[in-house]
Amino acid sequence: MTDQRELLELLLEDARQSTADLARQTGHTEAEVEEAIADLEAAGVVHGYQAVVDWANADEEHVEAHVELNVELDRETKYDDIAGRIANHPEVETLRLVSGDYDFSAVVVGDSMRDVSGFVADRIAPIPEVTQTVTHFVMETYKDRGVDFGDDRDDDRLSVSP
Amino acid sequence: MKVADRARETPPSGIRKFFELAEEADDVISLGVGEPDFSAPWAAREAAIHALERGRTSYTANRGRADLRRGIADHVARYDHDYDPESEILVTAGASEAVDLAMRALVDPGDTVAVPQPSYISYGPAATFAGADVLPVPTRAEDAFELTIDALRDAGAGAADTLIFCYPNNPTGAVMDADALAPVAEFAREHDLTVIADEIYAALTYGGEHDSIATLPGMRGRTVVIGGFSKAYAMTGLRLGYALAPPEAIEAMNRIHQYTMLSAPTTAQFAGLEAIRSCDDAVAEMRDAYDRRRRYVLSRFREMGLDCFEAEGAFYVFPECPGDDEAFAEDLLTEEGVAVVPGSVFGEGGEGHLRVSYATGMDELREATARIERFLD
Repeated sequence: MTDQRELLELLLEDARQSTADLARQTGHTEAEVEEAIADLEAAGVVHGYQAVVDWANADEEHVEAHVELNVELDRETKYDDIAGRIANHPEVETLRLVSGDYDFSAVVVGDSMRDVSGFVADRIAPIPEVTQTVTHFVMETYKDRGVDFGDDRDDDRLSVSP
Repeated sequence: MKVADRARETPPSGIRKFFELAEEADDVISLGVGEPDFSAPWAAREAAIHALERGRTSYTANRGRADLRRGIADHVARYDHDYDPESEILVTAGASEAVDLAMRALVDPGDTVAVPQPSYISYGPAATFAGADVLPVPTRAEDAFELTIDALRDAGAGAADTLIFCYPNNPTGAVMDADALAPVAEFAREHDLTVIADEIYAALTYGGEHDSIATLPGMRGRTVVIGGFSKAYAMTGLRLGYALAPPEAIEAMNRIHQYTMLSAPTTAQFAGLEAIRSCDDAVAEMRDAYDRRRRYVLSRFREMGLDCFEAEGAFYVFPECPGDDEAFAEDLLTEEGVAVVPGSVFGEGGEGHLRVSYATGMDELREATARIERFLD
């Protein structure tokens, strides 16, 4: 099958749906869908499949912070080198190089604010190339990866209509 | 109190019965809805909110806001329509009002209106309310529910005054391309028929581009094209539609409109203009989602052994069902909690079929089709 975007959109919408259902929706055979997914994984387009979790509704402590990082480069040290040092920590859930007032944007998670702030202070700030960190704790999540947490999706349409 | 004959003698919609049954049942998954499960694109909703915040709550011109009419003229150019926003476009309170206005403005009492069936349930009553006689023209599954020249001839539609139809079609999902429409156009010219072409589902065409009969040779001057925002933009509740027709028809329709509706809802007109201007991508996303669901539902029905032609428009499939369609739909509802609409509700040719709407989320479609499969076993 050739429509990579369609398959990616379907997986983004619900990665748990069966290949049989993906085949029915795309008009391809199951074998073609399986092969296409394998190709996407092999090519590094699809790196994994995860649930979108609203931690506010879970019986677990979970704190998330967005950390802005400024770094200083030298002849021997590149962004990729610094990124490797930061991304290796399991507390760092997401790490991106961004344009603008700071260099890296990291999402750091922990069981408590103390965990997260301690991690930033003890593990990230001391990295020699890191010149500044600004930590923003997430107070509430309204939407994550396209999923609106406030939308209860009530269907108030008439059950039968013209 | 005395009730007028035309109101008393018009039977309640067959859909009403199933609506009431479905409302009484528990744990119902409805595949009986004729409207999108999406909400209107946010940009359109915001335009409506801004209009209200700015206090835009007064009447508009009877024909609709001039900027909206210009927007509609630009928008319909994608279907090769070329209409003057000053004299050939009327903004209405939904496509349904446009159908009613076209009937009342263009049909005289005693005229005959040919209605291909199965069809949207309002065409017959709209003709009746205009004092006309209804001539059913059956369409058939073996013709993929296209309107054929043979069907028109066999039904005696040459003696009719007006022909109204809807492609992409509710309830069958059938589409007619320009090649299929050409003989119908020839028939209309030959027999001097006025044509009312309801193109409310034009944007929901999956197999190719939408073709309009009004663009075929000699048809523009005898056709009223009806469109609207309900289906493509998921704006059913905002009640916004339009009619495209030669000036004399629009003038006649507007004469009735100005004494009855005055003007389409103002808030909706602001939403509609924004929808036209900036919501093509949102429409494309919804159309892609419908298309995937269409393929899914067709595939599942065929796996179950239900015959179903390749519906290529709107958001319905129209499978055959074993036995009487009304009994099947009622039993399916009471035994498995799945609401579908029996095809016979939509007139001749609909018997033995079910209208199944896929304007419902994939989770519901999976569960509903699993229940139908269990019901059939």
